[in-house]
Amino acid sequence: MDPAAPPAPAIAGAALAHDSARLHVTGEAAYTDDLPEPRGTLYAALGCSPVAHGRLRGVDLAAVRAAADVVDAIVAADLPCANDVGPIVDDDPILAAGVVQFAGQPVCAVLARSLPAARAAARLARYDIEPLPAILTIDAARQAESWVLPPAHLARGDAAAALRRAPHRRSGTFASGGQDHFYLEGQVSLALPQEDGGMLLHCSTQHPGEVQHRVAAALGVAEHRVTVVCRRMGGGFGGKETQMSQFACIAALFARRSGCAVKLRLDRDDDMTMTGKRHAFRYDYDVGFDDEGRILGLDLTLSSRCGFSADLSGPINDRAMFHADNCYWLPDVALHSYRCRTHTVSDTAFRGFGGPQGMFAIEAVIDEIARTLGRDPLDVRRANLYGTSERNVTPYGMTIEDNVAPQLIDRLEQSSDYRARRRAIAQWNRASPVLKRGIALTPVKFGISFTATHYNQAGALLHLYSDGSLTLNHGGTEMGQGLFTKVAQVVAQELGVSLVRIGVSASDTSKVPNASPTAASSGSDLNGMAAQDAARKLKRVLARFAADRHGVGADAVVFADDEIRIGAQRLPFAELARAAYRARVPLSATGFYATPKIDYDRRTLTGRPFYYFAYGAAVAEVVVDTLTGETRLLAVDILHDAGTSLNPAIDRGQVEGGFLQGYGWLTMEALWWNDDGVLRTHSPSTYKIPTAREWPPRFAVEFFDRPNREETIHRSKAVGEPPLMLALSAFHAIRDALAGASPGGAAPPLDAPATPEAILRAIGALGDDPLPLPVAPP
Amino acid sequence: MAEALRLLLNGEEVAVAGLSPQTTLLEYLRERRRLTGTKEGCAEGDCGACTVIVAEPADDGGLDWHPINACIRLLPTLDGKAVFTVESLRLPDGGLHPVQEALVREHGAQCGFCTPGFVMSLFGLYKRAVPPSRADAEVALSGNLCRCTGYRPILAAAQTMTMLAPPDGWRGPGADAAGGRQVSAEERALALRLRRLARAGDVTYRHGAQTCHAPATLEALARCVADHPDARLLAGGTDLALRVTKQQQPLGDLIHTGRVAELQAIRRDDGGCSIGAAASLERAFAALDVDWPELREIWERFASVPIRRAGTLGGNVANASPIGDSMPALIALGAQIELRRGAATRRLALEDFYLAHPRTALQPGEFLVRILVPARAAGTVLRAYKLSRRHDQDIAAVALALRLDLDGARIVRARIGCGGVAATPRRAVAAERALAGRDWNQAAAQAAMDAIGAEFAPITDHRATADYRRRALERLVWRFWLQTDPARRGDLPLRVQDVTA
Repeated sequence: MDPAAPPAPAIAGAALAHDSARLHVTGEAAYTDDLPEPRGTLYAALGCSPVAHGRLRGVDLAAVRAAADVVDAIVAADLPCANDVGPIVDDDPILAAGVVQFAGQPVCAVLARSLPAARAAARLARYDIEPLPAILTIDAARQAESWVLPPAHLARGDAAAALRRAPHRRSGTFASGGQDHFYLEGQVSLALPQEDGGMLLHCSTQHPGEVQHRVAAALGVAEHRVTVVCRRMGGGFGGKETQMSQFACIAALFARRSGCAVKLRLDRDDDMTMTGKRHAFRYDYDVGFDDEGRILGLDLTLSSRCGFSADLSGPINDRAMFHADNCYWLPDVALHSYRCRTHTVSDTAFRGFGGPQGMFAIEAVIDEIARTLGRDPLDVRRANLYGTSERNVTPYGMTIEDNVAPQLIDRLEQSSDYRARRRAIAQWNRASPVLKRGIALTPVKFGISFTATHYNQAGALLHLYSDGSLTLNHGGTEMGQGLFTKVAQVVAQELGVSLVRIGVSASDTSKVPNASPTAASSGSDLNGMAAQDAARKLKRVLARFAADRHGVGADAVVFADDEIRIGAQRLPFAELARAAYRARVPLSATGFYATPKIDYDRRTLTGRPFYYFAYGAAVAEVVVDTLTGETRLLAVDILHDAGTSLNPAIDRGQVEGGFLQGYGWLTMEALWWNDDGVLRTHSPSTYKIPTAREWPPRFAVEFFDRPNREETIHRSKAVGEPPLMLALSAFHAIRDALAGASPGGAAPPLDAPATPEAILRAIGALGDDPLPLPVAPP
Repeated sequence: MAEALRLLLNGEEVAVAGLSPQTTLLEYLRERRRLTGTKEGCAEGDCGACTVIVAEPADDGGLDWHPINACIRLLPTLDGKAVFTVESLRLPDGGLHPVQEALVREHGAQCGFCTPGFVMSLFGLYKRAVPPSRADAEVALSGNLCRCTGYRPILAAAQTMTMLAPPDGWRGPGADAAGGRQVSAEERALALRLRRLARAGDVTYRHGAQTCHAPATLEALARCVADHPDARLLAGGTDLALRVTKQQQPLGDLIHTGRVAELQAIRRDDGGCSIGAAASLERAFAALDVDWPELREIWERFASVPIRRAGTLGGNVANASPIGDSMPALIALGAQIELRRGAATRRLALEDFYLAHPRTALQPGEFLVRILVPARAAGTVLRAYKLSRRHDQDIAAVALALRLDLDGARIVRARIGCGGVAATPRRAVAAERALAGRDWNQAAAQAAMDAIGAEFAPITDHRATADYRRRALERLVWRFWLQTDPARRGDLPLRVQDVTA
């Protein structure tokens, strides 16, 4: 390198717009349902079980087949393949066979010449089902010992002894609800039959490789016969990591049977009924602590509703256990995890993947300790923080090497003016009998890497064309998180070219094989490194070519500003590309990356499952109406650790969006099944995600701008999931407000979501003998 | 006369024929015109991904621009109107519209699927308010869901879009910096073209065995309803269309009320306010707001701007939902409704219209003509409350409207309308009785609470338990007392929305 050369323009790290921003705002961005359909495209719809659990004795499709424009209709017996799309355990049927296991489970599939015809006909199927007793709740499953996977336990030290010795001890039970992904674009697949038994699928998915694998198995062909493409999703959030497989397989099977292109797009109600959600959890704790609130012993049981099948419930519940420490040192601890099998839809990945539930548990326990001791919960949180050189080993045996939580909390406490606000709130509450304000600071520490170690790899493919433009491909998928933009920035940085030179391209199983799901916040970490590897290889080839022509060493060639420099000579990048092409230099490169250092034993649940941790903290302030239970988020201050951000604009979007999504989970998004196990909240008229009003009137969002101590791509940190858990601050601010409303300052138990009803229940306003009403001071 | 529907689509005149009258605008745009920028997110008007702009000639020679949900808008209701989709917004030179540019600059799109809907809602705001406040933006965007951004950058774009250079022509702002109306020559020309598209007389649109009648006068409507007693009345279609999109139901013949001028009319005089059954919710609420500003929050929380612009007050009332937002307030106001059958008309107190869900007092061949709200009397105290999990665009778990006519401290008359606590909208007769004739004080409030809690036997469903509904009803009476206590300290906020950050 020429030491006199100016530093390359920092494209990596620049707050650039999303690569599709202009396409988004003009409506030109094409989603799967927007693609032009081939002549004769047919449309599929699904008929589903009306009961939660029963013996499926038969399906009468006569009326379906007789309906207008119907081409085909199938049940499980018509499948030519193993009736399973389970990602880990073989327990996820494509169509129910022999038994139905939740209300809304697909039992038959219909193909018709129009979408309305398919959907109308699917309603005409008649099911002969002998109802069986259904297990619908965590409590019922615990009682029946109904599991999708065996219970898991993780212990360090002697929690029971520590509990016995502790000066203070509390125990209790609380719960958090599930959450629908509510991606704005529902599940959709378009299957196009290819020659020689092949299939091309356009599918809205976070894991094209999984779709390829499942469809190849369904069609009985080698994986090279199936190509899966996804340019972008209209949101994923984990809901398209496994849930698309069933629908993609049905589309592909119908395409095979009919020889026509087949589209299967679920309407919103079917989507919400037929696809899994965030796991609801019940928590039972027994905690012992000292006078400062330091936890001495903890026995914590995490019981989750998994639905009827395993799906990803194993690793999700593992991750819940791995995040039940959050930022806190738990010296003697016993964690128990029950993965409950219920006759409800099979729950799945959702941003945080069990992490939010683990953190929910420990934050509630800590809050309870603080209320018991009459201390500021922030002081109790601080007293329990992991150390940096001692008290720094997680219950699963990983030494925390990068603990920035104490500094981060210090900074946020100052910048948010937490203490003064807390005093002001206490004063305000004394004068306000009906409305109560509350404030809370909660931290986040989130482990980055797939706990399935083999997923921690990525590939990339980079082509340079003779006009100097490049096409970039990698195994990651774009669901709005800006992955394609960030990875393109990495490549542009590496080659010293402007971003417009790089064409990002659809995720495509024929370009990068065996790609992992875009999940676990790992998209930029993995694909950024793989793309950098590809760019470096290409750069080496180009540098050697240029150096040879000029008779210098390859390290004398500098790539910057869309040109190369060799001493005083300059050559535009496009001319370099053309010259290299004419000189018959290979202009395509692949890149690869495998995350180092991770080493984890799934059997014992110990080791180093995570490459590093991402941190953050938030201060939220709320006001609660103790008459009605209504709440409002007044302010939030966020300090988040994205390492050295690859793109602060995009990362800020992840932080803010994640926070509000978490706020929805914890305050308003309530899933409700009736006594028969039928989900009644299956569309936005009944299931409420936050609207624009929920974004608080006062906010401050900052980054804790320190490089990742691990050698990640440009020392950045993963940012997809961790911010969701910042919303725990809002939940605890509500608890704080309720403590302000109770005479002794004790916060009553509060389950999530903290709906108006949950809040009234918590403060004892419901039931036959409600508490006295607040009276306005004269 | 059966003919093609005619409308202006992105400025171009199109004739629609060969499609069922129950075809939605969204299906037409996406499947027939390949205008795929408009998305389906929910097919029930609750997410806003399908938001487009409808423009109609306004009195000042320009156009009245308003966002609607294409997913639940049936095509016959658009005859003679202009529809603008996201594809039309780009400037003639290919540049972005300020609404689009502001969203790009603020990083207002992530996955982008909801974005075209936000663009069109923001464009609707761009035509109305310059520059919008955050509150304006919240109202304008209450019908648009975004799952990615947390809305902060979209709210920022709403407040910065008017700082960018305004485009010429119809894409320009509809108001100047002082809030005065701005009508471009191009907009006038569009309005003129729409006026030329307007038809005189009754219109019938037919496809296969299905007919949509669109009579032009009240007389013709009365005849049409009498002649086709099985046909369904179609106004805004915001509820009726769900039978199409959610249940794939054939609707049969339709009678569209949107062309009857008398049904749109709103008249105010000393006796009160008369609101034509087909007046949009937005117009009806604006008229009621003059006398009853206490109801503004209820109206602003009624669904979303697109629904309020498409839906009608008559539709909300006649639909007889136990959870309709307007009825508790209208019952408290003492509203009457006028029904017509052939040439005969009759009036009913609104609460008497609801028999047992879904049955109403409406006879075959009869239809709702107007809603009559009496004028405000001196000494009236009024509040209306809606409890739901989400502030905006949610359905009430409990709705309660309370009105006291006071003579000094004495309650001359009490009228209380309730929603969500019975199979129909109801008057809380026992609570009214507990209040009438006594002084308005804490004991009276306590008596009303006790009465109202005993008066209803609400159900448990996905919105709330019976217990919550009953207790919340009582506690809202208590809030009413705290808010209207003559001795109350004036500055004490009693609702979370009144608290400033």
